[in-house]
Amino acid sequence: MRLSADHIDWTVHGHRLLDGVSLAVEPGETFGLIGPNGSGKTTLLRVLAGLRKPKRGRVLIDDHPMYAMPQRDIARTIAFVEQQAETLDRIVVREAVALGRTPFLTALQPWSEHDDAIVSRALHDVGMAHLAERLWHTLSGGERQRVHIARALAQQPRILLLDEPTNHLDIRHQLSILQLVRQLPVTVVIALHDLNQAMGCDRIGVMDGGRLVDLGEPEQVLSAERLYRTFGVQVDFLVDPADRRPVMRFRNAL
Amino acid sequence: MSLTLASNPPLRLHWHWAWLTPLVLFMAVMAGTSIGETSIPMDTIFKVLANQLWGAGYAVDRIDAGIVWNYRLSRAILAGCCGAGLALAGVVLQALLRNPLADPFLMGISAGASTGAVAVTIAGLGAGAVTLSLGAFAGAGLAFGLVVLLAHAAGSGTGGGRGTQAAGAIILAGIAGSQLFNALTAFIIARSASAEQARGIMFWLMGNLSGVRWDDVRLGLPAAFAGLLVCLWHRRALDAFTFGADSAASLGIPVRRVRGMLIASMALVTAVMVSMVGAIGFVGLVIPHAMRFIVGSRHTRLVPASALAGAVFLIGADIISRIIVPGQVLPIGVVTALVGAPAFAVILIRGSRVR
Ligand SMILES: Nc1ncnc2c1ncn2[C@@H]1O[C@H](COP(=O)(O)OP(=O)(O)O)[C@@H](O)[C@H]1O
Ligand SMILES: [Mg+2]
Repeated sequence: MRLSADHIDWTVHGHRLLDGVSLAVEPGETFGLIGPNGSGKTTLLRVLAGLRKPKRGRVLIDDHPMYAMPQRDIARTIAFVEQQAETLDRIVVREAVALGRTPFLTALQPWSEHDDAIVSRALHDVGMAHLAERLWHTLSGGERQRVHIARALAQQPRILLLDEPTNHLDIRHQLSILQLVRQLPVTVVIALHDLNQAMGCDRIGVMDGGRLVDLGEPEQVLSAERLYRTFGVQVDFLVDPADRRPVMRFRNAL
Repeated sequence: MSLTLASNPPLRLHWHWAWLTPLVLFMAVMAGTSIGETSIPMDTIFKVLANQLWGAGYAVDRIDAGIVWNYRLSRAILAGCCGAGLALAGVVLQALLRNPLADPFLMGISAGASTGAVAVTIAGLGAGAVTLSLGAFAGAGLAFGLVVLLAHAAGSGTGGGRGTQAAGAIILAGIAGSQLFNALTAFIIARSASAEQARGIMFWLMGNLSGVRWDDVRLGLPAAFAGLLVCLWHRRALDAFTFGADSAASLGIPVRRVRGMLIASMALVTAVMVSMVGAIGFVGLVIPHAMRFIVGSRHTRLVPASALAGAVFLIGADIISRIIVPGQVLPIGVVTALVGAPAFAVILIRGSRVR
C-alpha cells in the first residue's frame, strides 16, 4: 500500500517539530529515514502511524485520509515498532507477540489456531522461537527489540514503520532483521542511524530540524556535501571489493 | 527448529476451571451465613433458603431464619459484590494507568464519598431527606468529576494527551482531588461533629457491612456483574495497554474513548460500593497483584480471577471482622489491611523466588 504525507506540521508548546513534511512511499518500497538526533524522525513516524494528529496537512493510506479511518482499521494496515516500549507486567514472549493480533480479534471472537500459527511464525522470523516462554523482564535489550518486531509482524501489516529497530541488536541480528524487512512484500518506513545500513534502502529521506531536506536514492542523497551539512562529518567513500558498492567511512569535520 | 505450536496457548480462558467459580462463591457465601456470634448449622441455612426461595415450609427457628435471611445472607452476598467490584476497579486502573500503586480510590472517590457522608450526617445537608448512602454517592461523583476535569486540563497541555503524560496527569489530579476532599471532610468534622459522631464516621469510612439489607444487594449485585461484563468485554483492550497507551493505539485501540469509558464505569462501580459500605481499603490494590502472581497478567484470566478472589476475600474478611473480637464488630477495612498486608508480603517474596 502507498503511504503518503501531505505538508505535515506538528507543533508542541509552540515548537514546530515537523515543518511541512511531504513524502510518498510507494507500495512495497523500503524507505529509509535518516537524520541527526532530535531531527524529528520519531515524531514523523508517530504521525505516519496515526498516533499523533498532524496540526496541518494529512496522511493518506492509498487515497484514504487517515483521520477518517477508525483506529482499528489503521492498526490492521499499519504496524509500528517504537524506539522503546517497556512494561513491568510479568508476561512471556509469546504473550507479547500475541498482542499483535489485537486488531483482528473482537470481544466475542476467540483466539484461534490461525492466530497461534501467525504468532509462531513471527517468533520464528525474528529468531525468538526458542525463547517463546521466557518472561519479558529476563530478556536482553536486543531480544526485547526482536519481540517488538515480531509483535509488529504478527499484525500482518501492509505498511510497517520501524523506529531505529537495529539499535540494540548484535551485528548478526541487525543484518537478519534488515534483510527480513527488505524481503517483506510490504511498504516499509525505517528510521536508521547507521548510514551504511541506510544504503540498502530503496530510497531515503533526510530529516533535519523537523524538515525533510532531501529525498531520493541512497547514492544520490548520501553525498559528501549532504553529510557535512546535516551531520557535520567528513566522509570518504571506499569500495567494497565483494560487490563493488560504496562504503562510507566518517571523520570529524575539520 | 521446531515451532512450539499451541502447546500452551496463553490467551484462552481455561473453561475446565470455570465450574469451580460458582462452587467457591457458594461455599464462601454459606460460610459467611453460617459463621458469626451465633453459629448456624448448614442444614438450617438450607431449610431457610428452601422456605424463602420456593416456599418449602420446613420448620425452622424464627430467630435463626431471621438472622440467616435478613442479616447474614444479604450481608455475605453484598460483601462478595463489593470485593469483586473493588478488585476489578483495581485491575482496570493498574492496567490503564501503568501504575502498580493505582487503586479504586485513586480518583478521589473515597475522599468524595466521605465528604458527602459527613455533609449529610454531620453538617445536616439535605435536611434529613438525603440518606448517608446517597450523600456519599453524590460526594464520590462530585470528586470524580472534579478529578477528571483537572486531569483533562493538565493532560491536554502536554501535547501527547493520550500518551504517558495523560496517565501521570490522572494520578496527580486524583491525589490533588483526594487531598481537597479529605480536607473538606476534616473541616466539617472539626467544625460541627461531636466526638461520638466523629467515631461513627471513622467507623463507616473503614468499612461497615452491618447495615446491609436486600435493598443494597439489589443495587450491588447488578453493579458488580455489570463491572465484570465491561472488563471481560474489554479484556483485549486492557492487554493492549501492556506497553503503554501509544502501543495500545497502534494496536487499534481508540485510547481516549476506551480509557475514559473504562475508568468512568469502574468509578461508578466503586462509588456504588463505597456509598453502601464505606471505603474498604486494600482489596482493590492487593487482590489484582496477588492474582497476577497466580494466573498471570493477561486479562482474559486476570479479570475473572480477580473478581472471584476479591469476592471470596471480602466475605472472609467480613467473617473475621465479626468473630475476632467477641461481642464487637471491627471495621472490615481493619481486617482487610491486617490480613491483606502479610498475605501480600508472602506473595511478593514467593513471587520473587519463582522468577
Ligand atoms: N512531546 C514533546 N514535547 C516537546 N518536545 C518534543 C516532544 N517530542 C519530541 N520533542 C522534541 O522534538 C525533537 C524531535 O524529536 P524526535 O522526533 O524524537 O527526534 P529523532 O527521533 O529524530 O531523534 C527533539 O528535539 C525532541 O526533544
Ligand atoms: Mg527517535
